[in-house]
Amino acid sequence: MGFERQADFGTPEVQSGEMVSLTIDGRDVSVPKGTSVMRAAAEIGGSIPKLCATDNMAAFGSCRLCLVEIEGARGTPASCTTPVAPGMKVKTQTPRLEKLRKGVMELYISDHPLDCLTCSANNDCELQDQAAAVGLRDVRYGYEGDNHLGLRTDTSNPYFDFDPSKCIVCSRCVRACDEVQGTFALTIDGRGFASKVSAGQAADNFLGSECVSCGACVQACPTATLQEKSVKAIGKPERSVVTTCAYCGVGCTFRAEMRGEQLVRMVPWKDGKANRGHSCVKGRFAYGYANHKDRILNPMIRESIDQPWREVSWDEAISYTANKINDLKAKHGARALGGITSSRCTNEETFLVQKLIRATFGSNNTDTCARVCHSPTGYGLKTTFGTSAGTQDFDSVMDADVIMVIGANPTDAHPVFASRMKRRLRQGAKLIVVDPRRIDLVRSPHIEAQQHLPLRPGTNVAVMTSLAHVIVTEGLADEKFIRERCDWDEYQDWAQFVSDERHSPEFLEAVTGVPAQDLREAARLYATGGNGAIYYGLGVTEHSQGSSTVMAIANLAMCTGNIGRRGVGVNPLRGQNNVQGSCDMGSFPHELPGYRHISDVAVRQLFENDWGVTLDPEPGLRIPNMFDAAIDGTFKVLYVQGEDILQSDPNTKHVSAGLEAMELVIVHDLFLNETANYAHVFLPGSTFLEKDGTFTNAERRIQPVRKVMDPANGYADWEITQLLANALGANWSYTHPSQIVDEIARLTPSFAGLSWDDLLVRGSVQWPVNEKHPDGSPIMHVEGFASGKGKFVVTEYIPTDEKTGPRFPLLLTTGRILSQYNVGAQTRRTGNVAWHPEDLLEMHPTDADNRGLKSGDWARLASRTGETTLKVLVTDRVAPGVVYTTFHHPATQANVVTTEFSDWATNCPEYKVTAVQIMPSNGPSEWQQDYTELSERSRRIAVEAEPAE
Amino acid sequence: MSAGHVSTTLATLHRMANDIARNLAAMGHDKAVLATADHIDHFWDPRMKAAIFADDLSALLPIAREAIQHLAGGAHPEPQTRATEFNAVDEVGHSDAG
Repeated sequence: MGFERQADFGTPEVQSGEMVSLTIDGRDVSVPKGTSVMRAAAEIGGSIPKLCATDNMAAFGSCRLCLVEIEGARGTPASCTTPVAPGMKVKTQTPRLEKLRKGVMELYISDHPLDCLTCSANNDCELQDQAAAVGLRDVRYGYEGDNHLGLRTDTSNPYFDFDPSKCIVCSRCVRACDEVQGTFALTIDGRGFASKVSAGQAADNFLGSECVSCGACVQACPTATLQEKSVKAIGKPERSVVTTCAYCGVGCTFRAEMRGEQLVRMVPWKDGKANRGHSCVKGRFAYGYANHKDRILNPMIRESIDQPWREVSWDEAISYTANKINDLKAKHGARALGGITSSRCTNEETFLVQKLIRATFGSNNTDTCARVCHSPTGYGLKTTFGTSAGTQDFDSVMDADVIMVIGANPTDAHPVFASRMKRRLRQGAKLIVVDPRRIDLVRSPHIEAQQHLPLRPGTNVAVMTSLAHVIVTEGLADEKFIRERCDWDEYQDWAQFVSDERHSPEFLEAVTGVPAQDLREAARLYATGGNGAIYYGLGVTEHSQGSSTVMAIANLAMCTGNIGRRGVGVNPLRGQNNVQGSCDMGSFPHELPGYRHISDVAVRQLFENDWGVTLDPEPGLRIPNMFDAAIDGTFKVLYVQGEDILQSDPNTKHVSAGLEAMELVIVHDLFLNETANYAHVFLPGSTFLEKDGTFTNAERRIQPVRKVMDPANGYADWEITQLLANALGANWSYTHPSQIVDEIARLTPSFAGLSWDDLLVRGSVQWPVNEKHPDGSPIMHVEGFASGKGKFVVTEYIPTDEKTGPRFPLLLTTGRILSQYNVGAQTRRTGNVAWHPEDLLEMHPTDADNRGLKSGDWARLASRTGETTLKVLVTDRVAPGVVYTTFHHPATQANVVTTEFSDWATNCPEYKVTAVQIMPSNGPSEWQQDYTELSERSRRIAVEAEPAE
Repeated sequence: MSAGHVSTTLATLHRMANDIARNLAAMGHDKAVLATADHIDHFWDPRMKAAIFADDLSALLPIAREAIQHLAGGAHPEPQTRATEFNAVDEVGHSDAG
């Protein structure tokens, strides 16, 4: 694809069943009722001059450039704000209009720098284009009068500059911030000639303002006023490739805009069905890690982890690794070998890693990061609905009337979807937030939750059952839906259970900390407020009863009939970009791709015949059990692709003891991450920009990932896995990921209708995609549940064994922040550190006062598993007795203090509840000092001696 | 393999088995025993099963203990919950995507 701006129809598309016919410049056109004249003209290829209009926000009518003549109408109305009418006759080009437009443009240009040739937006500037379009050749007013040309540029943001001297005050940036992003950080300060775009108060710059750096304003700007620094540095892009973001589970579509081999910028693609043209600070700007100096490009090996790394050729690295694997397999058996697939890699790469482990290593010891995030979703939704997947597409939220957000912080962790949600909330949908913290959604510009239930960490099941108690005992359940779609007898058993007085809000208030009346109001609102949609995150799953909470949520949705249509549903907000896909591809130790258990003879035979091997019929180890087995001496080899388990998994000391006990740890990654401190082989990985493949997002949407540039390390990740497999005796011969897609489709019924070429044409498709669903399935359970009737499950609240007491009186809960992603391996190596250079410990003022701590002080955070130190942020976002931190920085290693307690069904760690004590500190803990030393020692790379001349 | 490490792993297996049993107990004792056994049968690695089969089971809750005894006797219970119902070879519908 060459470089050209994506078509802009001026005003948003209108959905209407009623069509209106009119004539524009003598051409007949028929458009949905409510469409603007500007858009109608654009639909037939016309281009009415415009500056303040763009099709992802409402018409504004301020620039006065899009004037048209309408037969029978007075004056020259703005085409952006004028809706079409039947029989309307419009003229867009007349001498009168030309004169008016030229006069308007003349005024704009009289207060605009005439530096087009040296401007970074030269030939990519709407002002320049429109000046040409209206035929402006001269400015009669001169340039000597009052103007804004001397205003200083704000360069504070790491990614873009704001040059007010080039601003035409069209308000597109302000409106983008309001309407698209929903942050309301920008405003027009002053009046008349003094009007100027301002980020907050007069003294604020962009970095210090409320701006979340989503890039919507930069994208909206028709001049070089808001301009990416990368465009200034590199120049105008000359080609582009549409691809999929590799950050969170939203799966935004971007256009990677290139100049030569350099990536100039990532621009959100309006046709992306997950993001609809929007972006966040990570996907839009934080791609610099791809070229960071820390990136390792050569394979490395070492005999033991106390030695420095030695750079070797790919041949030597692969052969060394294969020989080691063969030796250890011969000595300890196949079940001593295993691996972890990456939810950051493509479906095809994940498929190959689990195939490598099952077919070549010979064991089922394969697991993935879903183990530590949404595995309870898998258990809970499968048990209740018959299948686990987000039930809706993201668009569905625009039909929700009541939105319940449980244990999720979408504005930080899924920001692009959060903007859609906020848009719906501004339209009037009601909001219930169930979270121990006062997340931004509770109260932000033009949004206020009707109910915030600040529950005590670890009491999710009690709160969900209590909500059900209110719904059932107050007669708010949807009996018709339940009788039609669910097992009525099971419902009655469940209804009897939840109706027990011990589940009432009043009885449980002392346990949950949620005021009974607030909980009752929330239950009534969800049950009676129209379409009720539940969105939840890791605050639900990462508990000892994570699976029970998911089932309790499903119970709520079923008993209120909020399943099987637009605007409702149960939606897990997944963390990593391809965590859905990594599960689909058979990453779990008990099942092959397509969610078929390894013990099923027919299933094994299908794969055995295709792969030409014999498969182990027994389930393999889950991640935490791999560490136990390693410590016990029965697990020796681990291949980790694109995960940093030392930093991300709980009880760091347990993880490091497990890794240290293994005889061969192979890390396949972009960087020498924390896990690599314990590795013997490092295989350099490729970024998402360097390969073809597919990701599957949180709404089951399979989307293409396109190669934008050659892999800096020499190979795409799927090629590296193939090299290793073939060195171990496999005979793989994939030359492109499309062939892996074919294999997936051949072996997996839910993907039977998938092909690479078809996907490129469609752009995306939501599985299942097969003969019955050739176009995919945007909404699940429309006519019935996937496996018969919906199943109500009794969820008894069982308090966690992790209890506070005199030694550890506070509860720690952990989470994420907008600017950083997961363990921060990528985002810490970008300009995003400007917003979050270190993990902070949030404490309520009362708890901080009791310990003599204030914001900025160092504090020692200790649990029964370990301790670390970090700086304190005193805030009433957290309740007394609860503290909160993030886990993005290895220098902090929040997981040193988290415990090995886990979800009863899936072993998803209980990250969200750790009993801790906090006290003032004057420096790093002993563990941090030791770890820093180990880390520095482990990252040494031997320098080859130059041969003597 | 040191004795200390063995006890750490066994303690983990005890905790896992007891957690499953406690959370399935609402099904009633007999069903919960079968469901606990079914869960462990479908999700545990053979060395985990072998380790707990060889244990004296004194640290286990009654439901967990009976479930382990059931499995140790060679039983492979039919699926007791949908969580252990998986797609057949040509089937679409079940998913436990996490």
